[in-house]
Amino acid sequence: MSTTSTPSTEPDLLYSEEEEALRAAVRDLLTDHCDPAGVIARAESDAPHDLALWKSLADGMGMAGLLVPEDRGGQGATHREAAVVLEELGRAVAPVPYLTSAVVAAEALLACEGDVCAELLSRLASGRAIGVLAVGLHHAPGGFETVRQEDGLLHGTLTGVADAAVADVLLVPVRDGGLYAVDASEVTVTPQVSLDLTRPVATVTFTGARGRLLGDAGPAVRRALRAGAGLLASEQLGLADWTLAETVRYLKERKQFNRPVGGFQALKHRLAQLWLEVVGLRAAARNAADALARDEDADVAVAVAQAYAASVAVHAAEEALQLHGGIGMTWEHPVHLYLKRAKADSIAYGTAGAHREALARLVDLQAP
Amino acid sequence: MTDAAGLKRRTAELLAAHPPATTDRLDFLRARFDAGLAWVHYPEGLGGLGAPRSLQAVVDAELEAAGAPDNDPRRIGIGLGMAAPTILRYGTEEQKQRFLRPLWTGEEVWCQLFSEPGAGSDLAALGTRAVRDAGGDWVVNGQKVWTSSAHLARWAILIARTDPALPKHQGITYFLCDMTDPGVEVRPLRQITGEAEFNEVFLTDVRIPDSRRLGEIGDGWRVAQTTLMNERVSIGGMRLPREGGMIGRVAQTWRERPELRTHDLHQRLLGLWVEAEVARLTGERLRQQLVAGQPGPEGSGMKLAFARLNQEISGLEVELRGEEGLLYDDWTMRRPELVDFTGRDAGYRYLRSKGNSIEGGTSEVLLNIVAERVLGLPAEPRTDKDVAWKDLAR
Repeated sequence: MSTTSTPSTEPDLLYSEEEEALRAAVRDLLTDHCDPAGVIARAESDAPHDLALWKSLADGMGMAGLLVPEDRGGQGATHREAAVVLEELGRAVAPVPYLTSAVVAAEALLACEGDVCAELLSRLASGRAIGVLAVGLHHAPGGFETVRQEDGLLHGTLTGVADAAVADVLLVPVRDGGLYAVDASEVTVTPQVSLDLTRPVATVTFTGARGRLLGDAGPAVRRALRAGAGLLASEQLGLADWTLAETVRYLKERKQFNRPVGGFQALKHRLAQLWLEVVGLRAAARNAADALARDEDADVAVAVAQAYAASVAVHAAEEALQLHGGIGMTWEHPVHLYLKRAKADSIAYGTAGAHREALARLVDLQAP
Repeated sequence: MTDAAGLKRRTAELLAAHPPATTDRLDFLRARFDAGLAWVHYPEGLGGLGAPRSLQAVVDAELEAAGAPDNDPRRIGIGLGMAAPTILRYGTEEQKQRFLRPLWTGEEVWCQLFSEPGAGSDLAALGTRAVRDAGGDWVVNGQKVWTSSAHLARWAILIARTDPALPKHQGITYFLCDMTDPGVEVRPLRQITGEAEFNEVFLTDVRIPDSRRLGEIGDGWRVAQTTLMNERVSIGGMRLPREGGMIGRVAQTWRERPELRTHDLHQRLLGLWVEAEVARLTGERLRQQLVAGQPGPEGSGMKLAFARLNQEISGLEVELRGEEGLLYDDWTMRRPELVDFTGRDAGYRYLRSKGNSIEGGTSEVLLNIVAERVLGLPAEPRTDKDVAWKDLAR
């Protein structure tokens, strides 16, 4: 019954002054270098990721190493700060591999030990390399697929791997139970036509690839996906917050029937309802980030956040599209980028349903 | 000394002079009031010491540890939460001296005569009339509704129309009404649950001396804002444990009665469990903001969220009980002093929670408030603003 009880210390659900300063710095960078028109244009190009922006964020500002201790080459911050960065990246649907490299891959490496791991971790933390966990984006914590090993070389295909197209190194679960580091030059990465234009997925094919053993795949992948799922909620919060604010702004300006469209009560109530959902998501996302940072109650906090976040983010993006009317349906307007990200996020790191099932076990509400 | 140490010392002195074990309850409460330890943030001489409100907890903890009686705050919630802050802000010195002490000790229960059959969400449209007679007294006629504690109350806070020729917000005056006046008739108002938590109050030629007017003539709407603001403050700010609300009852039943489980109910239960936990965290975040001195607009939404959740969770609970869900514990007409959500069956909770989206501001009005005050969307058109009250459509 201990899992159903409230955690012994209350989580800190607020933002500290330092966290707000961090937010302001990231937002400034994104305002200058990640405008919606630029993101749309890039999404259609052969290089949908913005590696110049990534360099500024990861290397210039040191954001790639937030979760990595200082003695292992990082900034020694926590999930709380990384969550704030992700809120801002979500607001801008920024096409950078932050969640995949600075959170998920870094967490997988933090679960391993040894020289190979240490060297990789410091490269990721400094932003000198992009790492990607070679696990399909749809897997909830606990799930993953493997490639096989023949004569010490790796063979097989993994699909739906987010941001694999820009990875320098892949962290690959292998059938022998190990997690291996594989340089991108050893494999073939084929971009898949993705619903989410700003976090595209790819197929990774291994035909005799060389890998270096990092540690046990099971616990490393579980830890990585749990952190990914928990902090994804903050990205979804940023996305929902931006779409709500932008819709409210537009509806104050847009006039039909000789009055602002935002004055119609049917729409006011829908937006107020959405605001309530976003307020709830902020509490749930903060709780997940804080629980991960303290490693207390984290399984429940992450599952609650992910069981709640997707419906809010998708609802916010869908309402934004509908309430923008015809302009919302155009390629030119950025709302589709948010809808695509929100919908893909509802599958990423496990659906809301998968996280509810996890909760059924965690809080002892068993199925019939 | 009004710091924590000073308050502890004063509390110790009170306990020494009036040992709870050998002191009459009311005598103790009066002595506590006179020692300024009733509500420490109130002024000296009125039950307080002008200390920070947060230090009340220090006093309460000391008194509880010593086994001292309290003033049963839930029973006198309207007096403490609504009448008192309004009297403190707008009352004359004489009114404050007369009313606050017996209000706080619970010797005099208060009720609120605001809502009317014709003035619910549009409270400012109220039509109860107060007319001044030659002697300067006010003569009040009208009908009030949804008045809890009216049958127990000695006093009421009352708003009535004193000038029907002015627009509705301007012609209202605030009074302190004696519930023992022969013109006051209280009738229980039976609800869908079978019981009567509330009353209808009929006012027929009730005489109120001008000395019991609170605030200026015609300023009653502004005075009432203090009352209503304090109503909303007292709703938020509670700390709940996980599964602390209605969801805890359903979860318990689910764990103890595996024979009731179905797949459909399981999915819905998990969904509501998540929403209840998110609402709890939202409330906790709001509380942390208040403690940090940075109140956010989130408070406006809490009542909306809890109303909907209570209704959905109790609705699920009735279904979960299957055949037992066809039954109801008791339709007997009673007049409970307190609303008790947990002491009764699921059917009661289901029916009672229907009121959660109506009482204290309907969810529809609250959504307007969120849309306008938080999101800054255009206000509803106001065709009644500059029209004399007597000319309004009704």
